[in-house]
Amino acid sequence: MRITLDIWRQKNPRDPGRFERFEVPNVNEHMSFLEMLDVLNQQLVSEGKEPVAFDSDCREGICGMCGFLINGEAHGPLRNATVCQTHMRHFKDGDVLRLEPWRASAFPVLRDLIVDRSALDRIIAAGGYTSTRAGSAAEANQILIPKPSADKAMEAAACIGCGACVASCPNAAAALFTGAKIAHLGHLPQGQPERMGRAIAMTSQAHAEGFGHCTTIGECEAVCPAGIKLEVISRMNKDFIKATLGGYANEVQTLAALPPSAAMRFFEAEPPKKEP
Amino acid sequence: MPLDAHIPSGPIEQKWQKQKFDLKLVNPANKRKYRVIVVGTGLAGGAAAASLGELGYEVLNFCFQDTPRRAHSIAAQGGINAAKSYQNDGDSVQRLFYDTIKGGDFRAREANVYRLAEVSANIIDQCVAQGVPFAREYGGALANRSFGGALVSRTFYARGQTGQQLLLGAYQALQRQVAAGTVKQFVRTEMMELIVVDGRARGIVVRDLVTGKISSYVADAVVLATGGYGNVFYLSTNAKGSNATAIWRAHRKGAFFANPCYTQIHPTCIPKSGEYQSKLTLMSESLRNDGRVWVPKAAGDKRPPNEIPESDRDYYLERIYPTYGNLAPRDISSRQAKNVCDQGRGVGPGGLGVYLDFRDAFKRLGRKVMDERYGNLFEMYERITGEDPHDVPMRIYPAVHYTMGGLWVDYNLMSNLPGLFVGGEANFSDHGANRLGASALMQGLADGYFVLPYTVGDYLARGGFAKMDTSHPAVKDAEREVNERTKRLMSIGGKKSADQLHRELGEIMWNDCGMARTKESLTHALSVIPELRERFYKELRVTGSGAELNQQLEQAGRVADFFELAELLCYDALQRNESCGGHFRVEYQTSDGEAQRNDDEYAYVAAWEFKGVGTTPVLNKEPLVFENIHLAQRSYK
Repeated sequence: MRITLDIWRQKNPRDPGRFERFEVPNVNEHMSFLEMLDVLNQQLVSEGKEPVAFDSDCREGICGMCGFLINGEAHGPLRNATVCQTHMRHFKDGDVLRLEPWRASAFPVLRDLIVDRSALDRIIAAGGYTSTRAGSAAEANQILIPKPSADKAMEAAACIGCGACVASCPNAAAALFTGAKIAHLGHLPQGQPERMGRAIAMTSQAHAEGFGHCTTIGECEAVCPAGIKLEVISRMNKDFIKATLGGYANEVQTLAALPPSAAMRFFEAEPPKKEP
Repeated sequence: MPLDAHIPSGPIEQKWQKQKFDLKLVNPANKRKYRVIVVGTGLAGGAAAASLGELGYEVLNFCFQDTPRRAHSIAAQGGINAAKSYQNDGDSVQRLFYDTIKGGDFRAREANVYRLAEVSANIIDQCVAQGVPFAREYGGALANRSFGGALVSRTFYARGQTGQQLLLGAYQALQRQVAAGTVKQFVRTEMMELIVVDGRARGIVVRDLVTGKISSYVADAVVLATGGYGNVFYLSTNAKGSNATAIWRAHRKGAFFANPCYTQIHPTCIPKSGEYQSKLTLMSESLRNDGRVWVPKAAGDKRPPNEIPESDRDYYLERIYPTYGNLAPRDISSRQAKNVCDQGRGVGPGGLGVYLDFRDAFKRLGRKVMDERYGNLFEMYERITGEDPHDVPMRIYPAVHYTMGGLWVDYNLMSNLPGLFVGGEANFSDHGANRLGASALMQGLADGYFVLPYTVGDYLARGGFAKMDTSHPAVKDAEREVNERTKRLMSIGGKKSADQLHRELGEIMWNDCGMARTKESLTHALSVIPELRERFYKELRVTGSGAELNQQLEQAGRVADFFELAELLCYDALQRNESCGGHFRVEYQTSDGEAQRNDDEYAYVAAWEFKGVGTTPVLNKEPLVFENIHLAQRSYK
């Protein structure tokens, strides 16, 4: 089949960017969407043109590195799947597809379809862990965990950190991402000691990164390739209110450092040129 | 050159305890004065960086992906082994040790493997404390499942996403250290060269993948945990970005490369569908617990699988290996799949596939239980192939999955270059000639949480190295080499992408050095690889410039290194005139087609020394001494 692509091209974080049209003839229905882009890029290289930059790594839907919008839908039309798992059999001959990077002010575009998602690392660094030094753990079966709790924790822990929830949210909120980690650890006894402080620290970090507030629209749940449910956001809100009213805000530890942003490196390396 | 593995003396059960006491300690107040570079953020690298940070060292941690959580450990599905013996089924440290040595076809170092089995239980404790949501029984205790090559149930798992959950545990521990200021994190930053000063590893040259800037970091020790080199075959289950550049650059700087020919071909992958294929997807080996592998008895039987009656099916693994059946180790299962396909009994397009059938398990256990165990794998299969394994059997075929070889390390996981430590799949240490399922996660975390934090400290405490900074001439030389290499790749001006040429290399490797190797095929590979490498430097085109985000350039650098590694792999396969584990030489097989080892002549680690591109590398041998395990032909019948 033949596919027409309108792809967002942007040379670097400062470039305003624009759409460019490409034709891909002879698309095989068994190709994955990214393999179709590989074919396009190979063609562009042989013509001496700049190939389209996009992120991907495992190409089996688990690493969370790939992702862009296809006709406005994060990861494309297939539910519970990343774009690397979406095969061309879900499209038809003659389709015109518009590919755009995740759009959110907390996700600066680095090039074409590649964005900087280091803000998500900083949310985890703010409190998305249990403070357990290597070697300090007790015997694993000493604390029994009811199977339903373990299953609930696993459901929330399945988040792949791709950022589709942010890209689909009209408020560009990172609530599903943040809530998933808070719910994962909150369902387990190991997550209890730091539960209240975590809720405040992580949500405050998300706010500081420029992510919006959640207004329970639910777009995030609809596009999430890992099937994370909206209820993680209710849990996050519940923990946050409890922690705030409980006076836990004072217990949140100050951070010594945060993971740096990749986009900042570009701006530092190439400061804006002064007007003559 | 004699290779000393520095194995502690004494009975095997006491070696690690003794070693831990003999290792020198760094004064807690002085730890922050030492800087350690950790390259890689997977289970080994992430765990090592976090643990070294917890101890108080200044850690610089690098990955080429956009966040440490993307490392390919994340894709491991099935589980992690540990000698907890929660099932009361006869497991013990001794048995895990024995199974791992036997599974590796008696080509691993006893002392390392024993330590691995010994710390395996601590790993589970550590991960549970981190909040890893392992599967549980209704009583709340941890659940286990069986895996290939073992008769006990010792595999811990988190649905079909065990690697993801263990990696997120390590990643979260790492982020905690980043926030504490002990670990500095460099994402989208690729190691391009190792800096060696006075024979010691003292730093790395990196390329900032966002700006293209080349810069250097110096340190007191360097840990490489950069994964395996399976992508030398182009098509493998590895991530697209997985590459050998870090270990290859270290090899070129003097680190020995051990047993490169030990490559694992995993029996249960989704078959290739076309020429555009960019990678292969694994279906977890855990599926073999409840799935039955078969092909039609008659060659050329083209009936749909559900129309082939029981009497016309050959459940060949159950037939040949009645004791282990569908749970025979990976190398054996892969080879048998190839055999039945070679007999014309393969299924699916091109006859390159066998069935993995869950019909009987659905009848026995019901859909609900089966979906709880394998639901995400069934979905994954359906998404890729468009076929539902609830209705029709899966089609699977072997694919390159894991590389047991890697940089040579001693008992302390230090290479022959002082100050250069290597962890996880990047080293050669624990799996011999074949890795058992669910043992990669175990080794990565053992290295990262429980071995490197001790041994790196010992190296630092022994001191004896001068302070230095990036103005050192060795740093400038290394940077110049990197810049020249980039310039060379950018200026070829051919017409082909690195991907295209990589694909050609992969075909040579798969055909000549894949599941079955012969003297002829390896000699052939050694004659055509240098030709193709020459073409690479004539036909390559890298668009854009080096001073920007340039994925074509990233790929070209990695592929260039694969071309050199490919040759070494074939040299190693050619010198090893025996079959063992993942290395099957057609000339050396028993009368019933099993691998025929030659313990008298080949019970050694082949550690190769780099002598220049196009120059025959030099082979160094570390003899393997078996004091605790009796060498025998592996039998899974």
